Amino acid sequence: MRTFIVLLQKEFLQICRNSFLPKLIIAFPIMLMLIMPLIMTMDVRNVNVAIVDMDCSSVSRRIASHIEASDYFTLKQTSSEYPLALSALEEGDIDVIVQIPKDFERNMTTSYQERISITANAVNATKGSMGMQYVIQTIASSLKEVKNENSAIATSELITIENRYNPTLNYRHYMIPALMIIIFILICGFLPALSIVGEKESGTIEQINVTPVSRFSFILSKLLPYWIIGLFVVTIAMIIARLVYGLAPIGSVGTIYLGALLFILTISGLSLTVANFSETMQQTIFVMFFIIMVNMLMSGLLTPIDSMPEWAQNFTLILPPRFFIEILRSVYLKGTTIAELWNNFVALGLFAIIFNSLAAITYKKQS
Amino acid sequence: MNAIEVDNLSKSYGKVDALKGVSFEVRKGELFGLIGPDGAGKTTLFRLLTTLLNPDSGSAKVEGCDIVKDYLSIRSRIGYMPGRFSLYSDLSVEENLNFFAAIFGVKIEESYDLVAPIYKHIEPFKNRKAGKLSGGMKQKLALSCALIHRPSVLFLDEPTTGVDAVSRSEFWDMLAGLKLKGITILVSTPYMDEANRCDRIALCNEGSILSIDTPEKIVQSFDSKLYGVKAKNMFALLESSRKFRGVVNCYPFGEWHHIVIDKDFDIEALKKENCLIEGFEIKSVDASIEDVFIKLMKK
Repeated sequence: MRTFIVLLQKEFLQICRNSFLPKLIIAFPIMLMLIMPLIMTMDVRNVNVAIVDMDCSSVSRRIASHIEASDYFTLKQTSSEYPLALSALEEGDIDVIVQIPKDFERNMTTSYQERISITANAVNATKGSMGMQYVIQTIASSLKEVKNENSAIATSELITIENRYNPTLNYRHYMIPALMIIIFILICGFLPALSIVGEKESGTIEQINVTPVSRFSFILSKLLPYWIIGLFVVTIAMIIARLVYGLAPIGSVGTIYLGALLFILTISGLSLTVANFSETMQQTIFVMFFIIMVNMLMSGLLTPIDSMPEWAQNFTLILPPRFFIEILRSVYLKGTTIAELWNNFVALGLFAIIFNSLAAITYKKQS
Repeated sequence: MNAIEVDNLSKSYGKVDALKGVSFEVRKGELFGLIGPDGAGKTTLFRLLTTLLNPDSGSAKVEGCDIVKDYLSIRSRIGYMPGRFSLYSDLSVEENLNFFAAIFGVKIEESYDLVAPIYKHIEPFKNRKAGKLSGGMKQKLALSCALIHRPSVLFLDEPTTGVDAVSRSEFWDMLAGLKLKGITILVSTPYMDEANRCDRIALCNEGSILSIDTPEKIVQSFDSKLYGVKAKNMFALLESSRKFRGVVNCYPFGEWHHIVIDKDFDIEALKKENCLIEGFEIKSVDASIEDVFIKLMKK
């Protein structure tokens, strides 16, 4: 035990002696949490709209004014000729064209009605489809207003839309848990591996190996500091999420920490395994980078798993972040409890056992 | 009982045979030297005896403990100083010493008498980072750390490589001091001149031991007559001497060429042949360990 404390002291001393690691550990999560949510957004804003108004009625003007008033749109032009608007769309000046047919207002009450047509530039698929959705919602609400004014009895809405758990469809609330995971992966995944391989490169591991220090306490002394740092850093990240973005977990913080602990164990076991097989920092960095890329892009951090092809969905079952992100998002946005998420916790626990056993088996004091 | 017993130990890395069935014993309290060029298998032997490697075949015992089965008990009894500086260069001199004392579970005061003669040289720099020490000081620190737990056997792998001549001599004085305290020392070196400071030496080359004895007896085992020759054009002299009748071997040796002769050799004939050559000199020389080594290697 005393030996272990000495090893741990040495490890913290080395981290603090490092001219750049402590700064990185503090600055990196703060920067990531402060800057990334502002940049990485799927909210579509500044959609350029052209209105081709062939009706020139009060209804069409009302639609135009609604579009103009919206935060999401910039009304770029109003004309009465569709080809003109289309060529602007081709040039990229316009994202969405709304065409209001002739006699639209007059026909509103009759059964026959020529429809409003919407044309969107879908080169940027997200912007195109989201822009289109917003336009439809805006027009629908304008028309509803008109109808309500004209008839004594308010017509009931045909469709109601409610976005549960993230009512404003705020992409940041979806992204912030993912950023927390990225921070975990980098601090608890990269740093312990580099620290061990660093000892291999400098030959100091050799000097430790001829001592009676057990490999278990040596490895644990390498991991524990980063577990502590990881939990500390995620606390900072949660505070930033609360103070800057107003995102607080609806569920219990304890659930998040339990998930975080299991995830840290998993990712550090993985990083140890990589360290055992590599002789140089270069090898470690390259292999870790590859593993992390696959984990970041495929485990549902950035894009939903449900929209992946089936084989890829099955593949995500072997990626630990997939289970942790589900925990984080549901606790943060839905307030889900441990009982409901038990299978994710079991999965993370299994990963932790598998990767750490693998690390223990592949680590040799002798060769 | 011997401190180290090595019996037919072999180790290969893939196709390269680093050690080919080596056997020897080191007595308790002996200063034993492994002398040989780079690639002789010295480091492999050290790594086997310090339980960092497992042998392919053969066995060895350190202080009566088998290097494979009882590796844990060996680790608390030995001190190992690898050829490459491998202390924490980002920790200070004092921190390194404290760290190694702590992981062996000892207090520095307990073995201070053992460490002090060495540590006092670097004590003025105890707050300096180990990585910022000079080569000789690094070696002294490494030796201090290897001694901190009072090991009964000390393994020093090329401790004087890359160290200046004065520090080298100082280092050997320290080893002599440690020997007086009863510590068995196994030391390797590529420098033949250091061999004389050992009690016994083993000459090794390409994974085998050529000869084991005291330095004096090894020198005495050189049974041929030896001359040193010198001239302005050393290279031409080497070529011509090798062709001369009765010369068994001729090789550069510092400023001179050494020629090993047999009974057909006629020194007057050599003098006569070379008398016109500028700066020609010839003298009779005593064999050194290096001469023995070269002779054994030729066999």
